[in-house]
Amino acid sequence: MRVVVQQEPFDFGAEAARFADGRHDMGAVVTFTGIVRDLAGGDLDAMEIEHYPGMTEKALTAIAEEAVARWSLGDALVIHRYGRMAPGERIMMVATAAPHRKDAFAAAEFLMDYLKSRAPFWKKEHGRAGAGWVAAKDEDEAALTRW
Amino acid sequence: MDVLYFAWVRERIGLPKERVDSEAATVADLVAELSAREDRYAAAFADLSALRVALDQELVDFDAPLAGAREVAFFPPMTGG
Repeated sequence: MRVVVQQEPFDFGAEAARFADGRHDMGAVVTFTGIVRDLAGGDLDAMEIEHYPGMTEKALTAIAEEAVARWSLGDALVIHRYGRMAPGERIMMVATAAPHRKDAFAAAEFLMDYLKSRAPFWKKEHGRAGAGWVAAKDEDEAALTRW
Repeated sequence: MDVLYFAWVRERIGLPKERVDSEAATVADLVAELSAREDRYAAAFADLSALRVALDQELVDFDAPLAGAREVAFFPPMTGG
């Protein structure tokens, strides 16, 4: 299991390949990557992500450990960036490896649902019309109840 | 103890971190103490339902006891992913 919190971009293809390589007992690898989405009309200049150094790593590790235990994963990977990013840049990725695809998909969704609302990251949009903090959505909190 | 602020809570209070000497028994008591200091604190803590709190980097409720805590952090609901 690997949890990485960094400012620099990561190589999604290389990370996915490294994660999937050399497995003989894991029949399924699921990867997800989150990308900075532009506002309507191309109005977003940048997305700034603030985090809580120390707690971020702890929270992500706890979430990943829970996913590994719950779906008997062979491995899990979480990479999440902070700092300022342009539209189209990759913010984060998760990867899960399991013997069968259902577990790999479910574990990846669980990771995403939990890290959205339980890992201490905050997004601020810098647009043509000014800057503003992205509000948490009720549906993101509600998504946790299905697990 | 160290008190940390993130995102708009940090902006509203105007600093990321400060040392606070307090006899407050719970997080809620500490919030009341800080709010009484200055308007910028009162403004940041006006609606506790819009805030989350962590004690020593673990999420807790506002009625959590502060005994032994070294680090308290206040921030809005998280928006990772």
